[in-house]
Amino acid sequence: MARVAQESEPKAYKRIAYYGACSSLVVLLALPLVWSFVTSLKTPADANGSPPNLIPSALTLENYAKLLHYGDGIFHYFSNSLIVAMLTVIGVVLLSTLAGYGFSRFSFRGKNVLFVVILITLMIPFQSILTPLFLVLRALSLQNTLVGLALVNTTFQLPFSVFMMRNSFDSIPRDLDDAAKIDGCDSKELLTRVLLPVVLPGVITVGLFAFLASWNEFLAALIFLTDADKYTLPVMLLNAQSGYLGTVDWGLMQAGIFISVLPCAILFLLLQRYYMSGLIAGSIK
Amino acid sequence: MQTIEQELVATTRCSRRRVSPGFLYILPSLLFVVVFFLIPLAMVVWMSLHDWPLLGEPTFSGVDNYASLLADSTFWDSLWFTTKYTILVTPAIFICAYILAQLVNSKMRWVGLFRTIYFLPVIIGLGTSSLLWVWLFNDQVGLFNFILSHLGMIKEPVLTTPSTSLAGVIVMVVWKTVGFTMVLLLVGMQAIPTELYEAAKIDGATWWPIQFFITLPLLRRTIALALIISVVGSFLAFDQFFIMTGGGPNNSTITVVYWIYRASFTYFKLGYGSALSLLLMVILTAISVLQLLVLREPENH
Repeated sequence: MARVAQESEPKAYKRIAYYGACSSLVVLLALPLVWSFVTSLKTPADANGSPPNLIPSALTLENYAKLLHYGDGIFHYFSNSLIVAMLTVIGVVLLSTLAGYGFSRFSFRGKNVLFVVILITLMIPFQSILTPLFLVLRALSLQNTLVGLALVNTTFQLPFSVFMMRNSFDSIPRDLDDAAKIDGCDSKELLTRVLLPVVLPGVITVGLFAFLASWNEFLAALIFLTDADKYTLPVMLLNAQSGYLGTVDWGLMQAGIFISVLPCAILFLLLQRYYMSGLIAGSIK
Repeated sequence: MQTIEQELVATTRCSRRRVSPGFLYILPSLLFVVVFFLIPLAMVVWMSLHDWPLLGEPTFSGVDNYASLLADSTFWDSLWFTTKYTILVTPAIFICAYILAQLVNSKMRWVGLFRTIYFLPVIIGLGTSSLLWVWLFNDQVGLFNFILSHLGMIKEPVLTTPSTSLAGVIVMVVWKTVGFTMVLLLVGMQAIPTELYEAAKIDGATWWPIQFFITLPLLRRTIALALIISVVGSFLAFDQFFIMTGGGPNNSTITVVYWIYRASFTYFKLGYGSALSLLLMVILTAISVLQLLVLREPENH
């Protein structure tokens, strides 16, 4: 189709129609986030005005300043989210790299069964085992802890990540292993010195997905974190919007939403290539 | 596919060292899956046969939980509502995504930018985007509420009125997920050989016949996949209803996962919540099996 478009240069009216359609869709799809960001910069009186005023009277960082002292302060909840996400990333990257290597480079009895056992986690949604998971975490004294939430997030990120990493290792020719072994590498050195740099794109993809999944996770955080000072950003924002601490401050809400969207947006824009390769690999399986 | 020699080497190594090094690399992942997945999975079955409070001793109750499940009208309402939501939201996402994919499947300038912008809502959390849309639909300060009521399309607040609350949630979900399906379809479309389109154009085919006789049939697998991802995801809906409607008005927007959440973590009837979970698992496994059948079929042709 693309080639057709190139060969017969599209007529001017077609180009105008094309860009017209695409740009109106940009407006439509970007409006919620853009409007939220604009509102976060309004004065509190402006942001809470009814009906909404379309042109802000002044731009200010007042809403962001108020967030600094909301509850335990936005940085507190931000670091809760960050701790859970980073622990999840570390866990997922470490476990799935090791397992991917094991599945790709070794043969032993029961290997295929184990692979299926790990992948089957994909078929059964974590929503359906939340109730017993709560008891498991409680028995391990990990309920209401950030570490516990990270461990759960890690587990549910594993099937995709192990699958992804096994494929990454599989795509490296065995000649490389043989050459390294002739040079005297054992299996540990083969992984850390020779193969790891080659599978780095896979590691980045797996880590990126783990970060986004954990950062955006809501239901498990809602159930497993019971103390307000443990809340991650989405749970904290829900409480702010439910008005448990007085009337809802809409300007403050939008500032909070902007802060929780920002890390994801930055990571996605920087690592878009890895994100897309993961999305395609994950959906083709 | 091992040779006998290799197998012999493997077994002797096994019996000497007892564990293969390959197994050791997999062990940590396996440990996580056992502790945080397989054990809870087994517990769901066990717990569903008990009267299991959050604190205090569980007592065996046989199939009591399943009996009350059958008589629980809110559960059946939630099952019907979840099905209805799934049936409505899936084609809504698909049609919008198909149009977007057609638009961005081109070599025009700026098309990469359009793709990125259309995709951006996908990376926002479902919880966060639900919060965003609660505000957009708010009857005092919400921009969309303001626009819709000025156009005369709504008279009552969107999310607290029975006739519009589901539509409000669907609009949010389409906005949030359309980019994902768009990319899936785009990848599928780009895999179709351009010669087919060129031949069709030479034969004088116009847009509609091209869609029906070339694009749609060749996208069959991709479309099946996109629909299944959407069906499974929609069946597990929780965040959007918990945040946007709170299950209301009058319990009219409670999904199955929402009802499990309430049973286990609001009423603390963990045994009953487990029975509900097990049923949800059965339903989703059935959908997954269906998925395998649909996706495998083309290979037989």
